[in-house]
Amino acid sequence: MKTAVSTLELRRAHSLDDALAIMRSEHRMPIAGATDVYVGLNFGTLNAQRFLDIWPIDELRTISVVDDRLVLGALVTYTAMIASAEVRTRLPMLIQAARQVGGPQIQNRGTVGGNIANGSPAGDSLPVLAAADAVVVLRNADGERRVPFTAFYTGYRATVMRADELIVAVEIPRVVGAQWFRKVGTRAAQAISKVVVAAVRSPSPRIAVGSVAPTVVRLAATERALAGGASLDDARAALRGEVHPIDDLRSTAEYRLRVTENLVRRFWNETS
Amino acid sequence: MRFTLNGAPGDVDAHPMKRLLDVLREECGLTGTKEGCGEGECGACTVLIDGVPVCSCLVPFAQAENTAVVTIEGLGDGHPLQRCFMDEVGAQCGICTPGMIMAAYVLEPSASLEEIRVGLAGNLCRCTGYSAIYRAVQAAQGKA
Amino acid sequence: MAPSVGKSVSRKDGIGKATGRTRYADDIVLPGMLFGRTVRSTIAHGTVRGIRLAFDTAGFTIVDHRDIPGRNVVALIDDDQPFLVERTVRHMAEPILLLAHEDREALLAATVEIEYDAAEPLYDPERSTQSFKDIHILKGDVEAALARADDVIEGTYRTGHQEHVYIETNGVIAVPEDGGITVYGSLQCPFYALKALKSLFGPGTALRVVQTETGGGFGGKEEYPSMIAGHAALLALKSGRPVKIIYDRVEDMVATTKRHPSIVRHRTGLTRDGKLVAMDVDVILDGGAYSTLSGVVLSRGCIHAAGPYRCDDIRIRGRAMMTNTPPNGAFRGFGAPQTEFAVEVHMERIAESLGMDSVTLREMNALTLGDRTATGQLLRADASALECLHEAVRRTDFRAKRERYRGTNKGIGLALFFHGAGFTGAGEERLKSTARLDLTPTGAKILVASTEIGQGTRTMHAQIVADALGVPYESIEVAQPDTSLVADSGPTVASRTCMVVGKILERCALEMKQTLGGMSPADYYRKKGPLSVVMEHVPPEWIRWNDDTYQGDAYPTYAWGCDVVEVELDADTYEVRPTHVTVVQEFGRPIHPALAQGQIEGGTVQGLGYALLEHVVMKDGAMANSTLTNYTIPTTLDTPPMDIVMLENHYDGGPYGAKGLGELPMDGPAPAIVNAIRHLGLDLRDIPALPETLMACVSR
Repeated sequence: MKTAVSTLELRRAHSLDDALAIMRSEHRMPIAGATDVYVGLNFGTLNAQRFLDIWPIDELRTISVVDDRLVLGALVTYTAMIASAEVRTRLPMLIQAARQVGGPQIQNRGTVGGNIANGSPAGDSLPVLAAADAVVVLRNADGERRVPFTAFYTGYRATVMRADELIVAVEIPRVVGAQWFRKVGTRAAQAISKVVVAAVRSPSPRIAVGSVAPTVVRLAATERALAGGASLDDARAALRGEVHPIDDLRSTAEYRLRVTENLVRRFWNETS
Repeated sequence: MRFTLNGAPGDVDAHPMKRLLDVLREECGLTGTKEGCGEGECGACTVLIDGVPVCSCLVPFAQAENTAVVTIEGLGDGHPLQRCFMDEVGAQCGICTPGMIMAAYVLEPSASLEEIRVGLAGNLCRCTGYSAIYRAVQAAQGKA
Repeated sequence: MAPSVGKSVSRKDGIGKATGRTRYADDIVLPGMLFGRTVRSTIAHGTVRGIRLAFDTAGFTIVDHRDIPGRNVVALIDDDQPFLVERTVRHMAEPILLLAHEDREALLAATVEIEYDAAEPLYDPERSTQSFKDIHILKGDVEAALARADDVIEGTYRTGHQEHVYIETNGVIAVPEDGGITVYGSLQCPFYALKALKSLFGPGTALRVVQTETGGGFGGKEEYPSMIAGHAALLALKSGRPVKIIYDRVEDMVATTKRHPSIVRHRTGLTRDGKLVAMDVDVILDGGAYSTLSGVVLSRGCIHAAGPYRCDDIRIRGRAMMTNTPPNGAFRGFGAPQTEFAVEVHMERIAESLGMDSVTLREMNALTLGDRTATGQLLRADASALECLHEAVRRTDFRAKRERYRGTNKGIGLALFFHGAGFTGAGEERLKSTARLDLTPTGAKILVASTEIGQGTRTMHAQIVADALGVPYESIEVAQPDTSLVADSGPTVASRTCMVVGKILERCALEMKQTLGGMSPADYYRKKGPLSVVMEHVPPEWIRWNDDTYQGDAYPTYAWGCDVVEVELDADTYEVRPTHVTVVQEFGRPIHPALAQGQIEGGTVQGLGYALLEHVVMKDGAMANSTLTNYTIPTTLDTPPMDIVMLENHYDGGPYGAKGLGELPMDGPAPAIVNAIRHLGLDLRDIPALPETLMACVSR
């Protein structure tokens, strides 16, 4: 490990109140399943030194349905999502996404809250949350606020979260219409997304794409075009105006754009 | 810090942010758990925490507190998986083998080939092409 | 005594590996041990102007080139690569300075500032003017034959770097002991490391190399461990303490060797009905910054460049070019996967352009008994190309699937290939490998330098000795390779460990049996005491090889194979997934069928990765995707079901009829996949066949 462990410092929170009190009094990076944090520590690329372990907070592990909304506690792991009857019934595309995160060891530790907080544009669950019009529940010592997932990110790995806030849950309203998901990764398992699309077919279709912009994006213009009965070619023109991917180690801008177009077309054809 | 290690109570003094992998190898002298990448890709460091396979290179030692950790050494030397990995040549160079066996340990005895492939998708092997590993896991089914 | 050869007996090292008790380099901790670190260049080309140690040096051992007691070259073939940069930097991540400290955190925190005068780096082997080695193979008159041909078909084929990704990274421990230095390490060739250390230290230092259990090699631990061994030994010498150097994954990928990228051009003359009448082949390998093994990789690549085909007029020209990138080196197949990729994709294109069935084209031209290879070697004992081809075609219902898949998103393709076993040409004669067998009170102990790197050396050697000596397999012990104890049986490379070293051991055992004269080992040992037999390799007497003309018997024998791969294309994402692989191979007699099958399955999956997934992204002269996240080798879910067929044969020159096997499986998968992709209608000539590349093919 490249990071010197002796320079790091950890506090453990055993309840949410405990965690919020600590977050109020000192600046710490929360860690849960630590699957991203430790990659950064191993490579020596993470600057944070003070951490707050929220993994022990069992009250953040629940999956429930409240007022017709699916509520996932921040510490719900991918494995827990896959096993959940509520998730299977209400948000099957999330299960598809969860099954394609890392391998089983990562699915056992990675959490929905962690995926949101880490904010990687390639985060596999994020397009699902964006397409499902999810709401992120943030809490600090003063109370709670709800932020639409589509307004949560302000830029590359930047969010609206305040320094003393924790993600405590994500709420997903009932999704009406067929759900569709496709991840295009660097290989069949343990892959980072090159393009990941989650979509819902309804009178007002919703399409979200990962790995094609600094944050996961909703294709608002494409959605409007399709909702208005535009042809797939016209929708494609709209898409070209709102997706501007880049070249990186894993793929090319050209590939990402073209595959996004193809997948949007496939989504539309398969759900018609 | 207290935890159960391979069925016995353990009490180890180590930095809470130290990787569980390093605590096992350095403080506990259990070198059967291997490091292949340090980024949760290869699975060579797989151990069980409360029965759940995890990459011990991504776990702060603090999170092992009051849990039961099982490493390859916890299986002794007569577990059916170990015997079948030997018989079916599921181990070539052997460096992925402990992690592979720990990942296979939690598979259902009735797991299909497809379920075995999914269950072992977090463990890289560069020697076998995986086929002999499947044969080993299948041979061990029903013997546990 | 029931024979053990031909049976899948229990691996000698199985229990240690299945229980985690086997100790690899990083598992060993010695009292007073320091950790070593390599400070490397951050430019690809230039000179070092100054080095500043921006840390408190108390407690550190610091070594630079001035601390070298002997010669500052990693002695191998051309002696051009330094252990530590003196002035000139020729590639990124080149070792400049060594540090050791007992505390790893202090070691990592130490900042070394190096100032350079940067020079223009060269990355394109086609623009390079420095060749490490030129090879010319001439048979007949190519130009005349091309002029006579009904058709001439040309093509250029490219392959990329490939990283070994042994799951155990490189690591060694150097220990000052007995007035000298002993290096324990993860390596394939203990006597290569010893040779390099002797040159580094000069006369007067007692040096010894001991192989630790090695977590995969695939060629990647053939030559590079000599470098690391030297570094650790220098630190141990200066500090007087044991020094451990373990590379993390990033360092291992950035700094150590890879498979040579290649550019191969074919110009092939044919008769109207598809007979090969002229093959003109030009091979360029990217050697990287130092010659290391590039010349011999090129040699094997060129010898295999015409594929397993009969042609009277052949010209093969090859060059290994210098570029300012880390040196490329040995990797399973050693040049042959690159050139056999080119020729097999080219054959498919020939069939296509002649409007021929590609199986028929191969049937017409495949080498058979009595034919001569590109180097003029007469195939006198076996030539199984057609047997492999016919069995693979039959089992897969190849021709019917070719028809049935047409116009769908499915494709099927095949590749026919061969691989020479043992060192090329006069190599084995020069090596003069020896093996030693000691009688023990219960059986015998094998003392050879051949390393167990997962492939089953210990087990397979013990089987051969047990049967030849007429004792149970269990009564044979195998010594850990230690240069102070074992005979120099040569490096563990070139598919020679079974065929060449196994044969010497068989002869040792037969000699020992004769000496025992019917007595059991226990009786003999009790009555007459210890007995040791040492024998030297005897190459077949008929071998003739001319290093100047590259004509003659390049290898004592060849192993043969045919791969059939079925693929599916996702037309929206341009992803190609292999759905089934059939491998038919003939490599003499398998000593241990399960180990042999494991070699084939493992090598085949490495070949699938090479073809489809494994992309070394070079940026500014260094691997930019140097993690296991971003350099993707196949997982379980990337690996299709495989049907493995071993066509048994008997090779007189090998132990119990065995030939070499280790590298053969690497040669076929890439061309078979690309030919399956061609069946989908995509004209692809380069690997890796990434979806991004395939998208461009679809657009064409």
